[in-house]
Amino acid sequence: MNVAIVDYNAGNIYSVIHALQRLGVEPVLTDNAELIQKADKVLFPGQGEARQAMQYLRSKGLDQVIRNLQQPILGICIGQQLMCRHSEEGDTACLGIFDVEVKRFQPQRHEDKVPHMGWNSLEIIKNEKLKDKSELFKGFEGGEFVYFVHSFYVPQCPWTIATTDYIQPFSAALHRDNFYATQFHPEKSGSVGEKILRNFLDL
Amino acid sequence: MLAKRIIPCLDVKDGQTVKGTNFVNLRQAGDPVELGRAYSERGADELVFLDITASHEGRKTFASMVERVAATLSIPFTVGGGINELSDVDRMLSAGADKVSVNSAALRRPELIDEITTHYGSQVCVVAIDARQEADGQWQCYVNGGRIPVGKGLFEWAHEAQERGAGEILFTSMNHDGVKTGFANEALRQLADNLTIPIIASGGAGTMEHFRDAFKLGHVDAALAASVFHFGEIEIPELKRYLQAENISVRL
Repeated sequence: MNVAIVDYNAGNIYSVIHALQRLGVEPVLTDNAELIQKADKVLFPGQGEARQAMQYLRSKGLDQVIRNLQQPILGICIGQQLMCRHSEEGDTACLGIFDVEVKRFQPQRHEDKVPHMGWNSLEIIKNEKLKDKSELFKGFEGGEFVYFVHSFYVPQCPWTIATTDYIQPFSAALHRDNFYATQFHPEKSGSVGEKILRNFLDL
Repeated sequence: MLAKRIIPCLDVKDGQTVKGTNFVNLRQAGDPVELGRAYSERGADELVFLDITASHEGRKTFASMVERVAATLSIPFTVGGGINELSDVDRMLSAGADKVSVNSAALRRPELIDEITTHYGSQVCVVAIDARQEADGQWQCYVNGGRIPVGKGLFEWAHEAQERGAGEILFTSMNHDGVKTGFANEALRQLADNLTIPIIASGGAGTMEHFRDAFKLGHVDAALAASVFHFGEIEIPELKRYLQAENISVRL
């Protein structure tokens, strides 16, 4: 299988590469539009800051490339946030694949530390658009723990396929057509994360 | 609900773990990669690898070990020891570490924290603090593995580290370390209640109750230990079931 990872200078990509290698896939890390368009599956991971990330994507013309992809693409962490309409981080216009605004966590109690860092549990929801659970969570029952590190979040929206409760329930994962996204890091989420990556590769 | 984290710490010298271990069925008990995998399979939430090598050769060995850990493990891990400047951080993150912990170097030159967090984000920067409660009751920071006091108070320094962008504080109480009578819960609580970043408790774990107390009394987000795990005195799955029964949120 031909898997491309979008290279846009956004932090620790190694763990995603290693996770795919453990699943028997040798991904290509690239910012080349043609290689991304030709791939069977595309991953859009990263850590980083929204404004700089969008500037980089636009400078390479990758914003249009990603929007127009037809094959399954999985955004991870900042990747999920960049797939939304707009982010409060740096007041940034994003890709607009999911028509929702990315917000910063506002601590309500002292225990609410930001960033939200560590293992938190998923609630898999029947998506109102899909009328069912997303294939990304095939074999999941809810309550599975996955690893998060983030200060901004995507509120619940019509494309939410899993929620996690931190300060308030937010979108742990999104799905619309061929576009998939997780706020957590499947590549750092042990066997649960491997199952999600496997489900994505099996699409 | 966000789970409280259990973090085994592995001391590594010349590419081998230093403290013994009771783990069986490991091809190489001293291999940090094998040991890390074993902990991961037993439910460790994160791992810390501490390079206690002094030599240049040993440092290179450590970097290649970090690469092997990154290729093998699917949970987050932090590396520490010998992180003195930004290029050390870059080398460790390039090798695949998720976070680095800085200790003495940050106390000597606090700007190191700003540099790390500006370049790589707060989430990669764990500030480790070794402190001792002196006879006057004050907590003082030490460098060089707890040998040299630097004339800075624990709470003052922890707050400064947070302001400079640290993502987490890993506090080791020198009074409690190795004694196995529990964590420094009062000091931990003061840190946890006054800072807005996660606090990791270190030093003093002897029983499962000690972990419970660190979470319930010390209000910490994570607890780190070495020997109780290495020597099999506490098994992580059993510890987590115990904590869950004590109404502490853990990942099972």
